[in-house]
Amino acid sequence: MEEQDKIKERRNEAWRDELRRSMKAKERTDRPRVHMPELDPEYRSHELKKEVNLGLSDEQAVYEAARCLDCPTPTCMSGCPVSINIPTFIKNIERGEFLEAAKVLKETSALPAVCGRVCPQEKQCEAQCIYTLKMKKEPVAIGYLERFAADYERLSGNVSIPELAPANGIKIAVVGSGPAGLTFAVDMAKKGYDITVFEALHEIGGVLKYGIPEFRLPNEIVETEIDVLRKMGVKFEKDCIVGKTISQEDLHEEGFKGIFVASGAGLPNFMNIPGENLIGVMSCNEFLTRVNLMDAASDDSDTPVQKGKKVAVIGAGNTAMDAVRTARRLGAEKAIIVYRRSEEEMPARIEEVKHAKEEGVDFLTLHNPLKYEGDENGRVQRMLLQKMELGEPDASGRRKPVPIEGATEWVDVDQVIVSVGVSPNPLIPSSFNGLQVSKWGTIIVNQDTMQSDLPEVYAGGDIVRGGATVILAMGDGRRAAAAMDKALQENK
Amino acid sequence: MNKIVDKEYFSANVVKFEVEAPLIAKSRKAGHFVIVRVGQKGERIPLTIASSNIEKGTITIVIQAVGASSKKICDLNIGDYIDDVVGPLGQATHIEKYGTVICAGGGVGVAPMLPIIEAMKKAGNRVISVLAARTKDLVILEEQVAEYSDEVVVMTDDGSYGKQGLITNGIEDVINREKVDLCVTIGPAIMMKFVSILTKKYNIPTMASLNTIMVDGTGMCGACRITVGGQTKFVCVDGPEFNAHEVDFDEMLMRLKAYN
Repeated sequence: MEEQDKIKERRNEAWRDELRRSMKAKERTDRPRVHMPELDPEYRSHELKKEVNLGLSDEQAVYEAARCLDCPTPTCMSGCPVSINIPTFIKNIERGEFLEAAKVLKETSALPAVCGRVCPQEKQCEAQCIYTLKMKKEPVAIGYLERFAADYERLSGNVSIPELAPANGIKIAVVGSGPAGLTFAVDMAKKGYDITVFEALHEIGGVLKYGIPEFRLPNEIVETEIDVLRKMGVKFEKDCIVGKTISQEDLHEEGFKGIFVASGAGLPNFMNIPGENLIGVMSCNEFLTRVNLMDAASDDSDTPVQKGKKVAVIGAGNTAMDAVRTARRLGAEKAIIVYRRSEEEMPARIEEVKHAKEEGVDFLTLHNPLKYEGDENGRVQRMLLQKMELGEPDASGRRKPVPIEGATEWVDVDQVIVSVGVSPNPLIPSSFNGLQVSKWGTIIVNQDTMQSDLPEVYAGGDIVRGGATVILAMGDGRRAAAAMDKALQENK
Repeated sequence: MNKIVDKEYFSANVVKFEVEAPLIAKSRKAGHFVIVRVGQKGERIPLTIASSNIEKGTITIVIQAVGASSKKICDLNIGDYIDDVVGPLGQATHIEKYGTVICAGGGVGVAPMLPIIEAMKKAGNRVISVLAARTKDLVILEEQVAEYSDEVVVMTDDGSYGKQGLITNGIEDVINREKVDLCVTIGPAIMMKFVSILTKKYNIPTMASLNTIMVDGTGMCGACRITVGGQTKFVCVDGPEFNAHEVDFDEMLMRLKAYN
């Protein structure tokens, strides 16, 4: 059956039809979008591990779900990289079948509680909602509702395991346990494959564990979703680096018929300016890994972390927001975002910028660091900033920041966190013989199938895209699984 | 989880462990290191692989108790488990026939030097090992070093064993005596700095194995970064060995004090 027909069939079920007729469209569209309750900014800016967004109540979720018009051609679905059947799950919430809603999510998404929290819905599903497209109204809060259904299921203690096809005995290896790898693993496990995920670190989850902080994505939630994979029979090998601990040939010898490389873009970029190796200047990856993965801010952790009083974070992506908000929570009296463009061009989610501002983070836009200076012990003491202005749009359409000649200023700092992007980690690509990589170090794949020039090797997520988002990584995992399954079935 | 199958004290604070890690034992080469973590709240710390036994599926690591984490590891006993051992990491030592090679190891640095001494000898080099320690009790692995060395020179700061003097005195004596084609040095950063200054004076190519602060050990964070030849390098993926004459040892010494 065609995808469209399946969507139509589900929409035509009697309960859906009845639900649609139970309320006038005008009544639905007149409702204001629900607001997610959140912790008080003053309180939360000192609480490293308390989640800021508190989630919707049952009543709020049902009320919001009724705003969805259950469109015959749901445009929202086209904005979701893993094509969640959005109206079906939302209508289940409206009729009070919350566990059913969670099941619908799991048909296509391996990590709904994660995505409901960290996806930039304003650029994806919610951007394609009929409210946004046609009515100039606030879109249905799809992300909030996704999170609601997933959390409801988790807290109910009644977590469902997706249906699995009979085991086919074909062994598949996944390199990396971040969002791309986990999505791929779920999809392939559903199709009956024997999946082993190899992870270099001592915890499963990739950026979900070491990168995104507890106040935005609690580790417990990531663990619950990974547990579902374990129950589906997916095996995890921690502390194992493919290309170092075991080779591509080892995988062949052990009978793995396909390899999905989802090793991410973990290599932090630095700006290569004077003073960048002073003590107190570090990458956002180092800072966040210490705090999130190693729990360095806790007294009982062996891993130390610097707790600066005057902290500057260079950059304005989501990672920069995570780092600056973490610094505030570790006791920074002054925490500044330093960004070379203006607020309009910031790549971070609007919500994260808003939260950071509420928590007392200062924004120094149109400024770019030129150098750092330290004290006699080599600890960073101050930074020289170049003031910028916006010039002509560049190739990407963004207005290019241009230095204003002679306009510089010194700012005192005792910690600098550099968050100016990441590059693909060369460790994996370089250990696969004959794997084609681009000049940026990303693995070159067929965009539709995610297959590399080595027929048994597929790749997805940041190792293919450079630094991108959780949900795009998940979409890659999904496409790779579909294509690898097709190829393996054809070659039988 | 990796089981400890053997433990031996080299001195009061220096312990040798043989640890089960079959995959690492099979794939490691001279110069590689591992990251280990003990306890759920444990820190990840880098340790060089001193040797391995493929049949037994074990690797040998040597640790000096200097801080909380290394002390925690040194307190483990045979039959205990190390929660995480990941590797082999870093670039293997470049081994070829150079001619005469001085292997200069200071203190606990002799342990990571051992596999290099062995590989250099097997590649057909004349190997002169210069070992240095503060005092007699801290000289480790002399016998094993001797097995693959044409000559072993031991230096102690206090003259309690071997010759009295610094490692640089021992190296300079060799240089004054015969032609040396390469020097490899592993030890405290300050020692490697002075070895590098000495060999630069005599124009002898020198490799130093750097022991910077690390977190993940896979190139993910840059905690271990260091300036080599004016460029920033990550010791965990680009190293740990670099051309000593290009390393900014003063920066390295400074960065090692980040958490003091």
